[in-house]
Amino acid sequence: MPQSSAISLKLLNFASLYIMPVFYLTRKEHFNAAHKLFNPTWTKERNDEVFGKCANENWHGHNFELLVTVKGEPNPETGFIVDAKLLSSIIKTHVVDVLDHRNLNLDVPFMAGKICSIENLVWGIWHELLPHMPAGVALHCIKLVETPRIFVEYFGE
Amino acid sequence: MKNERVSVYRAEHFNAAHRLHNPDWDQATNTRVFGKCNLPHYHGHNYELIVKVTGEVDPSTGYVVDMKVLSDIISEKILDRFDHRNLNEDVPEFKVINPTAENIAIVIYKILRPEIAEHFDLQIRLYETPRNFVEYPAN
Repeated sequence: MPQSSAISLKLLNFASLYIMPVFYLTRKEHFNAAHKLFNPTWTKERNDEVFGKCANENWHGHNFELLVTVKGEPNPETGFIVDAKLLSSIIKTHVVDVLDHRNLNLDVPFMAGKICSIENLVWGIWHELLPHMPAGVALHCIKLVETPRIFVEYFGE
Repeated sequence: MKNERVSVYRAEHFNAAHRLHNPDWDQATNTRVFGKCNLPHYHGHNYELIVKVTGEVDPSTGYVVDMKVLSDIISEKILDRFDHRNLNEDVPEFKVINPTAENIAIVIYKILRPEIAEHFDLQIRLYETPRNFVEYPAN
């Protein structure tokens, strides 16, 4: 092996002892809620035309699945990025307890004045969780599953 | 030669809002019995509906029933009425009974029974959530 390659390999092996890998941890929760898609500045006819059945004025509902992904380096003492029970507790307190068995249009302060699409909902969930991330843990992705065929992901962009 | 009896299943789904409430009770009793399911502004579910039809295989087709026909019946009689609806407000049957999973399954059975020939057995399985589901008639 050429000397320059041997030196490069030794430097790489040396560096790998000190660069911690980054991992992504996902916690799945769920909540059951009612909502409708409705733009109050439009006529009923336009709402029905654009949103179809989702504009039913009496609401409809879903079993929502919420997947919260965080990233970080594992703590050498625990092997955890973050205690999954702690992450679950944070999600339950700031999101699930606010949304579960609720009407997303009427009962959720962070959705007030917004169209209740899952895009807007996932943006709101991101911003409800962001201030509560433990030290050294970064919020990476919120994925919200409305039905088995429809889900939205938000990466904080 | 005796025709074999087979059960065929059609899976459909509908997304609906509901709440559980007994108007004959005071609010404290409703809250104690139904918990979060009694919250006033409704909540919702992705309901999974499994319709089970049991009968003999028709030797000329190999079918118990034509599954496309069964799907069309379910769509017309159930999904068009329940999907993206508020069960309490939009479905007349639930003006007088609580839209629990049990009662929804019974209502669905009673709607579909006349649409399927009498010599077939019919059973409804309804998932309110992946963990909570009911069957009617009970085995």
